[in-house]
Amino acid sequence: MSQKEIPYKTPVTDWQTLAYWEGCGRGELVLQRCPACDLVQHRPRGVCARCLSSDIEHFVASGRGTVYSYTITHQNGLPPFRDACPYVLAYVDLEEGPRLMTNIVGCDPDSIEIGMAVIADFVPDSDGLGTPRFVLG
Amino acid sequence: MSLSGQTAIAGVYEHPTRWAPDKSESLIMAECARGALEDCGLKLSDVDGLFTAGMSSGIMSVVELAEYLNIAPRYLDGTNIGGSSFVAHVNHAAGAIHAGLCEVALILYGSTAASNALAIGTGMGGGGGNPATAFISPYGMTTVGSYALVAQRHAHLYGTQPEQLAEIAVTMRRHAGLNPDAKMQKPITVDDVLSSRVISTPLHLLDCCIISDGGGAVIVTSLERARDLAKPPVVVQGCGEALRHQEIGSPDLLTIAAKQSGGNAFAMARLGPDDIDLCTIYDSFTITLLVTLENLGFCKPGEGGAFVEKGRIGLGGALPVNPDGGGLSSNHPGMRGIFLVIEAARQLRGGLGARQVEGAETALVHGTGGTLGTMHSGASLVLSRD
Repeated sequence: MSQKEIPYKTPVTDWQTLAYWEGCGRGELVLQRCPACDLVQHRPRGVCARCLSSDIEHFVASGRGTVYSYTITHQNGLPPFRDACPYVLAYVDLEEGPRLMTNIVGCDPDSIEIGMAVIADFVPDSDGLGTPRFVLG
Repeated sequence: MSLSGQTAIAGVYEHPTRWAPDKSESLIMAECARGALEDCGLKLSDVDGLFTAGMSSGIMSVVELAEYLNIAPRYLDGTNIGGSSFVAHVNHAAGAIHAGLCEVALILYGSTAASNALAIGTGMGGGGGNPATAFISPYGMTTVGSYALVAQRHAHLYGTQPEQLAEIAVTMRRHAGLNPDAKMQKPITVDDVLSSRVISTPLHLLDCCIISDGGGAVIVTSLERARDLAKPPVVVQGCGEALRHQEIGSPDLLTIAAKQSGGNAFAMARLGPDDIDLCTIYDSFTITLLVTLENLGFCKPGEGGAFVEKGRIGLGGALPVNPDGGGLSSNHPGMRGIFLVIEAARQLRGGLGARQVEGAETALVHGTGGTLGTMHSGASLVLSRD
């Protein structure tokens, strides 16, 4: 079954979030880790969300996670989402800990179950950035 | 000295309109202020604290409202945390009155969401130029979708059935049939809910609240002052507020702010779920009401589906919820927390006829703001007759 996909726009970035979106442009899922307290965090921030240290490091995550929840959205009045219905909105819990909101694509939505393994897939844009979503596997 | 039992709701007014294209939101609020002041026998010049929030009102909302009403209160509160704001405003008013910062608090809400054709459930959230929201905005999250994530996980963990969610909608509609001002009054069945179109799995159209125009006013004062006014005081025995977000730490999506805010409200009141005769609970969606009951401690996590069956939350049942028909069937102009406070107060005063909860002495009010799926607020009140 060929699933319509939401066309992603170039993300709006700032200095705190740029490394994540540039990673997506390279096909990498980049997360932050705090060297002082070991917290792995997402979404990216300029400080550690536990100890407020400014010494944040970035690392490339595996891209693997599991489906925490999902929903098949049949009605969204806004372009461009309107024309992509039905699509799958989901929360994925990454191996490294953080939870991401995302879409799951490339499968029959009715085949998705909570707990399934998923892996990140990236849609590059023309500015060297990209947007991640997930596929089963 | 504890805040418990020190203040009371003295005046309430729910605007009867559900469609008001000829009115501005300020006008709706002014009409509600007049109604609540008449309800308790106070004058606008008695008001020295003003509280408001709205979806379109902007950063100076409480100042602009004071200008429209031509008042100069010495206590201001524009706390905007979503639909629960007005429940939190009662919390804040009680604290301000108890601290001597204010004597007569006027809480106001007015909205023309319906006549503005605001597609709150499925037409918002396109995402602007904000780097912080860039992690959500590409993916097409609608308000309904955000709550559907909660419903789907609840179904996965606990086997909660669409029929059980539908029972909530059916009960709210039955209550609305007894409320002449309710927007939707024609009875519906579980089959009607399940055959209404799917918006975002597992939520159907009839699992979602209506969109109306409307407004309301609540007046809070000291219990001592309230006893001198026109209506029986509704005493604020306990209050609490909280928030939850998804993100760091992978929190349980099914534990919501109500657990913390309700826990604090019950603790302040020195009461528990067994002491409550009726609830008014934010019902943006059927799932909202269900997980709120679990988090407030009326049943265990996962038992919500069974709890709402067999008429338990209907009028005549063990724990009537939203006797006015709620946001699912009566009134939901985008933010409905004020109507939770108003209906609970009206029930505790008595005299509501067919939708009166017999012998109601104590009520639990819980408002949810924002979306359960991403970040949300909660505000809870324990109210009682004097």
